[in-house]
This record gives sequence, structure tokens and C-alpha cells, in this order.
Amino acid sequence: MVVMPVVDQEKCNGCELCINVCPCRALVLVKNVITVIETKDCGWCIQCEVICPSGAITCPYEIVIEETH
Amino acid sequence: MAIEVEFLKSIPYFSGLSLTELDAIKQFVFEKTAERGELILLEGESAGVFFFVASGAVKVFKTSAEGKEQILNIVRPGESFNEVPIFDDGTNPSSAQAMGPVVLYGVRKDSLQSILRDYPQIALNIIKVLAEQVRQLVSLVEDLSFRHVIGRVAKILLEYTGDETALRPRLTQQEMAAMAGTAREVVGRSLKALEEEGVLRFDRHRIVITDKKALQKMVEASL
Repeated sequence: MVVMPVVDQEKCNGCELCINVCPCRALVLVKNVITVIETKDCGWCIQCEVICPSGAITCPYEIVIEETH
Repeated sequence: MAIEVEFLKSIPYFSGLSLTELDAIKQFVFEKTAERGELILLEGESAGVFFFVASGAVKVFKTSAEGKEQILNIVRPGESFNEVPIFDDGTNPSSAQAMGPVVLYGVRKDSLQSILRDYPQIALNIIKVLAEQVRQLVSLVEDLSFRHVIGRVAKILLEYTGDETALRPRLTQQEMAAMAGTAREVVGRSLKALEEEGVLRFDRHRIVITDKKALQKMVEASL
């Protein structure tokens, strides 16, 4: 499973701006709401989150400490 | 593609004008398209034109001599950019680049003068739009001038670091910004600075802290 940006479909207004800016075409409009397609091409550029006018897309980071041996 | 009067009606510039008046204004507006990454305007050049975004999004930014980029605004449909040289006869104050495929409606300086001569009532609309832009820029200056957030961002990173036993909470840059009391852009720049200092690295959806001690020192220094 590839971790992908999260879409809150309740908040999505179907404006398609995220589709417009996504460089890997991981976002599609299905029945007027954005749906995410899993792809390893997603580089977590967070452009979809930045552009979303309704705050429906989030790209959360997991914060980890590098194991040192 | 023809300029859509309905779109013109929806933008603040032409608020209050009738469809007949907008139909007459249409002749002064031209359409321009741009692909992802295409530069629409270059800082320092004389374009003599400003644009409304009809669809897509445009990044307005400045570039330093070292190539560092500072985003001033992201312009969405219905909003406009590059009015300044239209009114002060100067060069473009910043560059503009398409963030994806965009459709723009452009208005040249002489065309705007004609529109203003025929429909002077839109002058107040324009002042209001420019005032909103000034307010947005003032807010950005405030963030960039007074908020030294790197220590606060470092603290958030340490607080939200997961370990093998605990559930790792995930945070967006927006959430970190809300915690640090600043703008998302400032958090983005702080994270980038920490990456350049070798304190952390980005691994797609992970922020990997590579030098925890350095991060702790930054937190202590900011107190």
C-alpha cells in the first residue's frame, strides 16, 4: 500500500484545482468529489494541499528519528 | 475559445456591470493558455498586461540572486495578478508561473484605460481588489519579519516524533503552522532550512530527523 494524500470528501467542492496541479495524475473526479489513485509516482509535493481552497486535501507527515547504530 | 461573459461577471473587477456592458468589455480581453511550469511573466520585464485566472492556478514569486524563491501569492480562478505595472508604468514586480494547465484572461494597459474611461464605476472595484492584495502582502511581511519560527518548528518535530511503541501522530505543514502561530509557507521554509543544515531529511511522507541533538539545541536557543 502506498501512503497517499488524504481527501475529506465532505469538504471537497469538486473544483478540480488539485487535478490541475498534481504532477503524477493521482487525483480524479468521481461523482463530483476528488478520489485518490495510489501511485508510487506521488513525491509528496503537497501542491494539492496548498491549492485546495476548501482544505479538503491534507498531506500529513510522519515524523521519525533515524536509527543510528 | 471565446471569452465568457459569465466569467467576467463573476470577478470582483467587473462587479455591478450589466451583461450588455460586460459584452462590450469582452473585446478588450484576450485569452492566453499556459502549461504546467510555463513562465507567464518575468520579474523586471515590461509586459504591460495583467491577467485574470479563468481556470487553474498561478504562482506569483520573486527569485533572489542565489536562486531562492519566495512565493508571494497563489492566484486562483477569479483572482488577478500583475496590476502594478499597469498603474505605475514600471516593470513586472514579480514573476508568474503556471502551476498546472491554466487559462488566463489578459487585459493590456491601453485596454484597461479604455474600459475605465467608458465604465468609471469599476475604479472602486479595482481599488478594493488592490487593497485586498496590499492586505495580503502586509500579512506576509509580518510573518517574514517578526516570526522566527525555526525553534518552534524544531520543538514541534521533537514533540511529535513517534517511537516503536507509541502511535505516531501525523502532521501537515498547515497543522505545524497553526501550532507555531505562523503561516504554512514559513513552516515550509523552516523545514527546508533544517534539511539544508542536515538536521532532517524528507523521505516522501516522512520527516526523518537525522540529528536529534542539533534539533534539541535549536529548541533551547529559541527559549
